[in-house]
Amino acid sequence: MLGDGSLERFRREGRIVVVGASLAGLRAAETLRDQGFAGSLTMIGAEPHEPYDRPPLSKQVLLGRASADRTALPRRRSVDANWRLGVPATGLDMAAKRVRLADGDEVPYDRLLISTGVRSRPWPHEDQAELDGVFVLRTRDDGAALARRLAEGPRRVLVIGAGFTGSEIASACCERGLAVTVAERGASPLVGALGGVVGAVAAELQREHGVDLRCGVMVTALEGDASGRVRAAQLSDGSTVEADVVIVSLGATRNTEWLAGSGLAAGPRGIACDAGCRAFDIRGIVTDDVYAAGDVARCPHPLFGYQFLSLEHWGNAVSQAGIAAHNMLSESTDRLPHMDVPAFWSAQFGVNIKSVGAPSLGTEILVAQGSLKEHRFVGVYGYQGRVIGAVAFDQARWLPFYQELIERTAPFPPPFPTVDRRSDGQRPVDADFPDPSVPTHGPTVTLSGYSPADRRMTFTPAH
Amino acid sequence: MLRIAVDLNRCQGYAQCAFLAPEVFAMHGEESLLYSPEADEEQREKVMQAAAACPVQAILVDTVDAPAEAVSGAR
Repeated sequence: MLGDGSLERFRREGRIVVVGASLAGLRAAETLRDQGFAGSLTMIGAEPHEPYDRPPLSKQVLLGRASADRTALPRRRSVDANWRLGVPATGLDMAAKRVRLADGDEVPYDRLLISTGVRSRPWPHEDQAELDGVFVLRTRDDGAALARRLAEGPRRVLVIGAGFTGSEIASACCERGLAVTVAERGASPLVGALGGVVGAVAAELQREHGVDLRCGVMVTALEGDASGRVRAAQLSDGSTVEADVVIVSLGATRNTEWLAGSGLAAGPRGIACDAGCRAFDIRGIVTDDVYAAGDVARCPHPLFGYQFLSLEHWGNAVSQAGIAAHNMLSESTDRLPHMDVPAFWSAQFGVNIKSVGAPSLGTEILVAQGSLKEHRFVGVYGYQGRVIGAVAFDQARWLPFYQELIERTAPFPPPFPTVDRRSDGQRPVDADFPDPSVPTHGPTVTLSGYSPADRRMTFTPAH
Repeated sequence: MLRIAVDLNRCQGYAQCAFLAPEVFAMHGEESLLYSPEADEEQREKVMQAAAACPVQAILVDTVDAPAEAVSGAR
């Protein structure tokens, strides 16, 4: 748009379609209206529910302290949208500027925002995945079904995969007094996101709370009884775990299949966009009218040498949505880059875990404050002599300080003394991340190179 | 009904909300916050006080008229 009044006309009477009506989609819609977009706004969502918040599903909801159908997101303002909920998008025609829907309808747009997010990776053996008592946890319906089953008091719950979601589920089960086994392919829980040094603390937490934690094993098969209810799992070490509830927590897959053949640079790692959330096409050319935000986007990040960064974080969805919406309504020179430092939280086994930056890129870790043994510490991650990330266990208030170090690429190890430095924090040690070529639940922060086309990466299920 | 979300990236566990609206916000462990994503209308005043008192402004509550907006599959 060339300053010829076309942007003004678009802001007044254009058509914006948002595909993906969750956190990023809703926050983008609110920002569009906040910034004066007066045209038509259509919100397309695969799930039949209005936008809801997902973090409570693995915490409050599983603890029985909130109902899964009562986690709708608060509204910052009215968005005056045409809602098309319960109808997934099935295709995109960029030349005709239309989104195809599963019910055969086509929705025309002038500008499009894609925020279709991710879905749980299902158990790979379909017949076993269909057994009664086998769950994944991603959606409100998943949360409702699982909470109902946990309330019935199963004899033993098996959680497959000890990433953040799996660990939170195990924690909630423990708190409800249920017997829990956790099977993790890696050497410890959270190892993909935080490395083995911190993973060992996560393992201690689990065992102290009575979790039967089995690391370095894979679940090879799930067995059902005659009535089709799951009753046991076979493990790669030859053992069997009897369980009447099994939760498959093997990470997430990006919802980009509907874009196949559209010409957009969308693949298993997400939709490549520029730092202002404008999507690339497969030729590496930035589109004029297609934007992406949230878990489905991969954006070049200045802190990480402008490699594409994929994030499955709540805060990233909120901030990218705001940037994308602003840029959709702006002249080129008024657009803003998405530069937030990644951040996430998890609560499990009574401990508040928070992180800033990209720990999973670190090669070394320094326990700068507190002590691993006390499960109360700040770990600082170093990469090529600079601070790249930090994690805090029950020490959240220190993190803004470390975020500042990350933002100004401060040297690692930090050359100054820190409060409460102990003997195990005198020098950095190997952060002990698993070989990235070995598939696991993986980190929720992933660098995915410089190429906007994303055709090489395939995921091999961990069994 | 009153819908609530807390940006737990911002939350620093000051626990002001847990004092002002204990039916809705509670500390869980030493510094984790556990909150009800939905509260009854009679809690509104307390929840608004809690949101206002939060030192890091992490609590997001419905704007009064927005939830009434129709959300349907209608074309």
